[in-house]
Formats: sequence, structure tokens, C-alpha cells
Amino acid sequence: MTDQTTRARPLSPHIQIYRWTLTMMLSILHRATGVALYAGTVLLAWWLLAAATGPEAYAQVKTVSSAWYGRLVLFGYSWALFHHMFGGLRHFIWDTGRGFDLKHVEIIARLTSLLPLILTAGVWVAAYAYLGAF
Amino acid sequence: MSDMRTPLSRVRGLGSAKKGTEHFFMQRVTALANIPLTLFLVGALVVHAGSDYATMTAFLGNPFIGLIMLLLIVSAVYHMRLGLQVVIEDYIHGEASKLLALIANQFFAFTICVACILAVLKLVIG
Ligand code: HEM
Repeated sequence: MTDQTTRARPLSPHIQIYRWTLTMMLSILHRATGVALYAGTVLLAWWLLAAATGPEAYAQVKTVSSAWYGRLVLFGYSWALFHHMFGGLRHFIWDTGRGFDLKHVEIIARLTSLLPLILTAGVWVAAYAYLGAF
Repeated sequence: MSDMRTPLSRVRGLGSAKKGTEHFFMQRVTALANIPLTLFLVGALVVHAGSDYATMTAFLGNPFIGLIMLLLIVSAVYHMRLGLQVVIEDYIHGEASKLLALIANQFFAFTICVACILAVLKLVIG
């Protein structure tokens, strides 16, 4: 290599330069929810291993999952999953070469922000109904 | 702009990583599989929100449920491993720390995968 690599070269502006947009936020959220789901698989493994181990181990999972902080984490996990899923569907549309014009980008962005929220709420209403809470 | 690639490299179409579109393709295949599989899990968790230990293990011990759980585990872990690999390549630039993070990603993914499979097999087979 020559000293070419150490010379100060122009850089493209970083994200703090730009005005915030919904599409930009969704791009970041898709990555953030992906990483959160990655970490969350520890919970899936804990739950399955506890169920396979026996009633005492499973009772520990139940204690945590029915405490307020457990519920909060599970609520966040369910939203992250739905949000990431719809973000993925958005990618599928783009993968076919469609939906790149500004009008459709904006419509799809709004749908992929709203639908996951509605679905998450629906799932928790259903879960509490099964729990007999109402 | 002139193409810098040799004719041979263009024919092979494998790019600089020598893997072609495999990473991209498998990210999409597993993403597609993840949709019904995770929806199933969420549905099962909702229906069993109030179930006790015996009901839950009887449910998970059913071979068909076990099959779906195994497919979910393999697909989700494959998918998240590919996904985090890209995140690591994007943000970690030091050669040594990048390599370590990539290896940690493999270890984590395989451990979660094998742990979940072990649990499901025990629940199904007994
Ligand atoms: C439920 C259905 C799912 C769909 C449709 C889906 C879709 C996708 C797609 C298309 C990408 C690639 C994005 C890109 O190329 O920039 C991606 C990235 C990713 N996914 Fe998923 N995914 C799903 C579930 C999951 C699950 C369950 C996990 C973790 C356990 C996960 C973790 C990740 C991670 C870590 C990334 C990398 C994020 C990034 O590169 O910005 N995904 N997902």
C-alpha cells in the first residue's frame, strides 16, 4: 500500500446531517428489531429448556413472565417481531423491483408502522382474554 | 464506466465474497419461512397464556407441534445469524475484533439452536 490510504479523503455526510424521515426511522428500526429479536432468542431457549426440565424450572419462567417487567419485555418482543415482519414484507416488495417511487414508499412506510402496532395490541387483548383477565 | 472485472469473474458471478447471492437468498428464504412459523408460535403462546405446566408440556410434546417448533428454531436461528453477520460487518472495522464478533455470532447461534432442539426432542420423545 502507498500513503494513499492515510491521506484525508472526503467523506459522505453522516446521518445527523439529514432531516428525520419516517422511511429513515423504519430502516433503523428494522435493524434494531432484528438485533433485539436475536437477543430475545435466549428467552425462547430458556422457556423451552425449562419446559423440558420440569415443573420447578417452568414455574420460574412463569414467575418472571407474569411479573410486570416480564410482561413489559414480552410486550416489546411481540411488537419487535411484528414490526420486523412487516419490515421484511416491505423488503419483499422492493425485491420484486416495485414500490420505489416516493408515493408508494410513503404509503408502505405508514402501513408498516401502523399495522404492527394494531396487531401487537390485538395479540395482547387476546392473551388477556385467554388469561381470564377480562 | 468500464467494468473492472475479468470475463471469468463475470461468468462465475460470485462477487468479492466468493459466495454469490447465497447470503441474500437464504436471508429471504428464512425470512419467508419465519412468517408462518413465528405467527404460529405467537398464536400458541396466546392460546396457552393461562395453561399450567402439564397442559403446556402435553402441547409441546405433540410430534406435529414439535416439528413446527424445530422448523421455527432452525429457520429463525439461520436467519438471525445471517442478519447479525451483516450488522457486524457494517459496524465493526478492526480486523481482529470483527473476526471475534463473527465467531461469537456463530457460537451464539449454534448454541441457541442446539439448546432449543434438545429441549424440543426431550419434550416430544420423553
Ligand atoms: C417474522 C418474519 C421475519 C421476516 C419477514 C424477516 C425479514 C428480514 C429481512 C428481509 C431482513 C434483511 C434486511 C436487509 O437486507 O436489509 C432481515 C434482517 C434481519 N433479521 Fe429478520 N425477519 C423475520 C424474523 C426475524 C427473527 C425471528 C429474527 C431473530 C430471531 C430476525 C433477525 C434479523 C436480524 C438480526 C437481521 C439483520 C438486520 C439488518 O441487517 O439490519 N428476523 N429480516
